Amino acid sequence: MTADEGPASAADAVGDARSVSAQVSTTVPTGGTGDAPPAIELVGVAKEYMSRRGAVTAVETIDLRIAEGEFFSLLGPSGCGKTTTLRMIGGFEEPSRGQILLHGQDVTSVPPNKRDVNLVFQSYALFPHLDVAGNVAFGLKRKGVARGQVRRRVGEILDLVELGALADRRPRELSGGQQQRVALARALVNRPRALLLDEPLGALDLKLRQTMQIELKRIQREVGITFVYVTHDQSEALTMSDRIAVMNKGQIEQLASPRELYERPRTRFVAGFIGTSNVLRRSVRTVTTDGTGPIAILDAGADERVIVPVHSGLGGVVTGSVVELTVRPEKINMTAARPEGDVCVLRGRVTEVVYLGTNTTYTVFTAGGDEITVFWQNSADANDLAGRGDEVWLSWREDHSYALAPSGADPAAAEAPTEPVATAG
Amino acid sequence: MSAEPAATVAPAPGATGPRRGRRGARWRSPFTPYLLALPGGLWLAIFFVVPMLVMLSVSLQTGNVVDGFVQTFHFAVYPDAIRQYSDQFIRSFAYGGICTVLCVVLAYPMAYWIAFHGGRRRSTYLFLVLLPFFVSFVIRTVSWKFLLADDGVLLGNLKDIGLLPDDFRVLATSTAVIGGLTYNSFPFMLLPIYVALERMDPKLLEAADDLYAGRAAVFGRVVLPLSMPGVFAGVLLTFVPATSDYVNASILGGTSDTMIGNIIQTTFLTNADYPLASAISFILMVILLVGIFIYARVLGTRDVFEMGTR
Repeated sequence: MTADEGPASAADAVGDARSVSAQVSTTVPTGGTGDAPPAIELVGVAKEYMSRRGAVTAVETIDLRIAEGEFFSLLGPSGCGKTTTLRMIGGFEEPSRGQILLHGQDVTSVPPNKRDVNLVFQSYALFPHLDVAGNVAFGLKRKGVARGQVRRRVGEILDLVELGALADRRPRELSGGQQQRVALARALVNRPRALLLDEPLGALDLKLRQTMQIELKRIQREVGITFVYVTHDQSEALTMSDRIAVMNKGQIEQLASPRELYERPRTRFVAGFIGTSNVLRRSVRTVTTDGTGPIAILDAGADERVIVPVHSGLGGVVTGSVVELTVRPEKINMTAARPEGDVCVLRGRVTEVVYLGTNTTYTVFTAGGDEITVFWQNSADANDLAGRGDEVWLSWREDHSYALAPSGADPAAAEAPTEPVATAG
Repeated sequence: MSAEPAATVAPAPGATGPRRGRRGARWRSPFTPYLLALPGGLWLAIFFVVPMLVMLSVSLQTGNVVDGFVQTFHFAVYPDAIRQYSDQFIRSFAYGGICTVLCVVLAYPMAYWIAFHGGRRRSTYLFLVLLPFFVSFVIRTVSWKFLLADDGVLLGNLKDIGLLPDDFRVLATSTAVIGGLTYNSFPFMLLPIYVALERMDPKLLEAADDLYAGRAAVFGRVVLPLSMPGVFAGVLLTFVPATSDYVNASILGGTSDTMIGNIIQTTFLTNADYPLASAISFILMVILLVGIFIYARVLGTRDVFEMGTR
């Protein structure tokens, strides 16, 4: 592992995680060759539990490849299978089917104590009978690392998480945030090939959670280890991740960068889970082609216009078929007069106005019977656009319409990770 | 974040910290905690401290039942008692010690199994362990006597089929006494160990597993240290009663297996030598207390008890 060079390489590549995914390629893969195997690979992994009522599927067939040095998140509501997936990678659960590979090596039935990955538990699971240093040294001692080296590495890692002064405290004497960092240090000190984190910030209050998100990202950049992060908090995932797999009912609904997930949610579930979105369900009037590709013109009232680009992820968009499209609330323009030009236009009446400081949220009931949410930035020159009961026109660019696919596994999830995503140096 | 709790309280001149802190709860009497402890305290004072003092006083009297006892401060009774009954003292501690060790060895694996692998039937198993308690322990011990009799159900039949020599016996041996002690103490060892194991967060075992600990290391480095409060409590609950027990020795033991409890009993009830009986009781108590104190020190009670309050 490259962690030997220590935090020296942290200075470069402090890119915004949200926009970084595809363009940065500063990573030097450990193997030195271009086609090093992914850090973690799941091939057709599934998990079923036997319960009194029969088999319960926790994870339906998942294919996944996580690149070296990537900050990868499994995001989804509780019961979606994200924690089970993580536990299978850690070796705490054996998959019912499929294979798990770490750096190309099949570890499917290798126990946790022989797997070169470490887990940060949601409840931290710190050993109450050991002090901070003892907790952190636990893994190194079991691996038989020489005593002097254990002391040096424990000291280093405690400095990294800024806990050097508390080395002789017991976990019980620490605050939640400090315990969280001990848990992180205890796992990281072993220099695992990958670090697994199971909702590690779940028990912290909002303010501390936000600080720790930035902290975690910093630490990940400094040590350059692959992080697999499980969370149900979409903002947490968006903040830190290079890529996110959105899971639902034991399947990966979409696997993409945060930006891609937000701008191009593949399914209605993803659109609803990540941020706020408006979903319109309309039947197709005609399918034609404009400058950028095929587009579908959807049913709309007089003077209204609803168009959605037809992308390759969709099947069977023909005249008469029903399409669900999503448009984000902040992409929508609201005017008193009908706007000109090649934009999507809907007519409606404002039913709710909620002032939120930086922006105002309008709820508009359209002529077609849809309820549309609009975020309006309260910038310097913005004055009150409309009040309750006002007739307004909503408009947005065609390419901000995005057609949703039916729920189910993302066929693209199994593809190779977008070339070296890592932000580490 | 827990470092500066005092920062928000502006220190008013003359007002000390603790007083200020208690102001909100002024309606509550400062004597409340003592009042809560009063019934138990009175109970202990009347039925423990007073008899103890009486016993101490009696041990320093001389005389006999017929002519009565006089306070003479005859301290020589103590060294005399130790000299006269050193065999029984040593035997009692040996039996108590062996019984305690056997209890740990037998009860720990069972408690472990019930706690970690008992599943939904855990309470059933615990109930089964406690079931003998529903029968008087004297009766239980007497029934051992029938069971282990030289020509009883067990030995008699084994001798008949030639598996045991005719002169083989268990009853009236130290084996029988230690066996009886162990049998009667077993649940007192099992329950505290079980409680300590049962409340252990299973994630800790996973964490140890994750941190490269094999089965032995998971047990030795995590499970065992965390269950020590239970073992400690179990040892106290078994060793003390077992050492001062007289029922097992008198029912299951022979003449060469008398324990100090039997001596106290006969000295007190048969010989009516109250001073000597009191002195022996006192010596036993002091040795036990000192022993426990050393034991707690060696084990580090601070840690043991802190762990228990995790």
